Amino acid sequence: MKQSSDALPQVAPAKTEGHGFIVNILSQPFTWLIALAGVVFAVFPLWGDNVQLRESLLLAAVYVTLASNLNIVLGYAGYVNFGNIVFFGLGGYVCIYLVSEWQWPLVAAALIAGVSVSLLALLFGLGILRLRGAFFALATIGVNEAIKAFVANFEPWGGAAGIYLSLDVYEPLGGPGEALWIVYFLIVAAMTASLLLSYAIKSSKFGLGLLAIGENEDAAAVLGINTPRYKALAYSISAFLPAIVGGLYFFKTGIIEPSGAFDLTRSIETIVMVMLGGIGSVTGAALGAFLYEELRGVLLTTEAFSHFQLVIAGLLLLGIVLFAPGGLMGFIYRRWPSLRRLLQ
Amino acid sequence: MIGIIASIIDGLLVGAVYGLAAMGLTLIWGVMNVINLTHGAMIVLGMFALYFLASALGLPAYGAVPVTIVVGFVFGVMVYWIAVHRVIGRAHLMSLLSTFAMNMVLVGLGTALFSTSPYNVPVAVSGITWEGYTFTGTHIMAAMLALAIAGLLYLLLHKTRIGKAIRAVADNREAAELNGIPTTQVLSFAFGLGAALACVSGTLIATLFPFTVLSGGAYELKSFVVTVLGGLGNPAGALLGGVALGLIEGVTTPFMPVSWIPIIEFLLFIAALILFPRGIFAFSRA
Repeated sequence: MKQSSDALPQVAPAKTEGHGFIVNILSQPFTWLIALAGVVFAVFPLWGDNVQLRESLLLAAVYVTLASNLNIVLGYAGYVNFGNIVFFGLGGYVCIYLVSEWQWPLVAAALIAGVSVSLLALLFGLGILRLRGAFFALATIGVNEAIKAFVANFEPWGGAAGIYLSLDVYEPLGGPGEALWIVYFLIVAAMTASLLLSYAIKSSKFGLGLLAIGENEDAAAVLGINTPRYKALAYSISAFLPAIVGGLYFFKTGIIEPSGAFDLTRSIETIVMVMLGGIGSVTGAALGAFLYEELRGVLLTTEAFSHFQLVIAGLLLLGIVLFAPGGLMGFIYRRWPSLRRLLQ
Repeated sequence: MIGIIASIIDGLLVGAVYGLAAMGLTLIWGVMNVINLTHGAMIVLGMFALYFLASALGLPAYGAVPVTIVVGFVFGVMVYWIAVHRVIGRAHLMSLLSTFAMNMVLVGLGTALFSTSPYNVPVAVSGITWEGYTFTGTHIMAAMLALAIAGLLYLLLHKTRIGKAIRAVADNREAAELNGIPTTQVLSFAFGLGAALACVSGTLIATLFPFTVLSGGAYELKSFVVTVLGGLGNPAGALLGGVALGLIEGVTTPFMPVSWIPIIEFLLFIAALILFPRGIFAFSRA
């Protein structure tokens, strides 16, 4: 009897952990910084109906989403996912297919895309996450290329030509002009959710487990972390929001085809963004994605540089890897250590 | 039936070239545990080297082969000192990213210089006709050269001092260093050797098919498949893996649209990675 009464107080905190965890997250200033960033993204282009700014921020929001979710696997667990764009592309295909063939409403289609791609990722993850290091990295390229080749031959999804959306699909949202604004707000919401998710995972026991795997997987396993389950779960979670954003993004562009949806270069650019901002840092991934996207906008519109976009991105990545593996946040954390707590 | 046999033989011939390309990848992995993601760029370098030597300078196509080996070697040593040297022994992430970054720079430069339009080097070698099927002369020639170069690599690795040093460093770098082997130079030499193999196989591929600046990616992926089939770090296995991939392509081509072949290759790749992480032909390490 003595034992069970002793055990009770230990069980009690565990029961309220979920609730306490949310309260704890909400009381952190960083959470409110994320929310503020989301509001700024949503409100700024509304000023004077600035469509050009909206388009630029939309791309940035897409990349912030991709980079933050990649950071969960790459930054926390230390697994190089070269094929991370496969989630974005598959999500896009599922969503566009549901919208154009089955006349589903956009939000429902995007959510189904997120859930189904997440489940598929869980399945893949259980297989390829048995591989480590370079082998895993190669397998992720294989998964992306295999799915790209499959979709290019899959007739219901339009094969190599892809799917074109007719203008009718924008009618339920009040015509194409209105629809673009709605899609923009949805993407910004997904971006904000990605940042909150990254932060919540980092602050949780699950996130600590992932970080332990990233440090030393064998030691983590010895300490009782169920490493296969943690990794597969992280891989699956990191697929959810990119798939949704993929759906929204290709709904906006009105066309999806295999080489655009499963573009390995975009995948790698996402890795560049995470490295640029600072691997493993929530702020870093977001900042890296934003800066890289703006930098690329400048390079593409500058005559002298537009041909050398890839070269400059490559040199940038090479420089970071060789000389500043901590990225921007690595520098900031070293310079102002007190910011480490505020900017996760 | 003869059609299928002819298709299989042709697949084996092309497969030998794939095997040669993969040997470059697998050699670098075996010696320094680095996946060389500039592999595709090096293959493309070989293709364009042939284009310039044959079209611009008027060299005979097969006369360009020794030159591209030297070009590839010099280029590989350069890439080693720029992108690889500082990341040796660090996490895999770093070497994957640094070689990939280098690849982006090279592909970007190539695209800016040559655009992405297709190039073609016409090579005339008379083929062999058998039962109404003609085996293209270039395919036979490429396979022969690939096997000859693979043989030379074997001799280099097993019969020369530098080859012994490479194998010693692959086995245990510290022990090699303690025995007075200048391991850093050996590593850069091995990287150059791997690059030279990729480069010369690119030259051989360019005698078979048209190519663009972006062709490297497809052949790099083929090399990964081959490497995984043969076991990472195992040059002899890579050659067998290449022939196996050629065989698979040869067998499947008559029965299904060409566009489905990559799917089979990648499924095979992932299955082989998971089921046989040491390779299907994992017997001896060179």
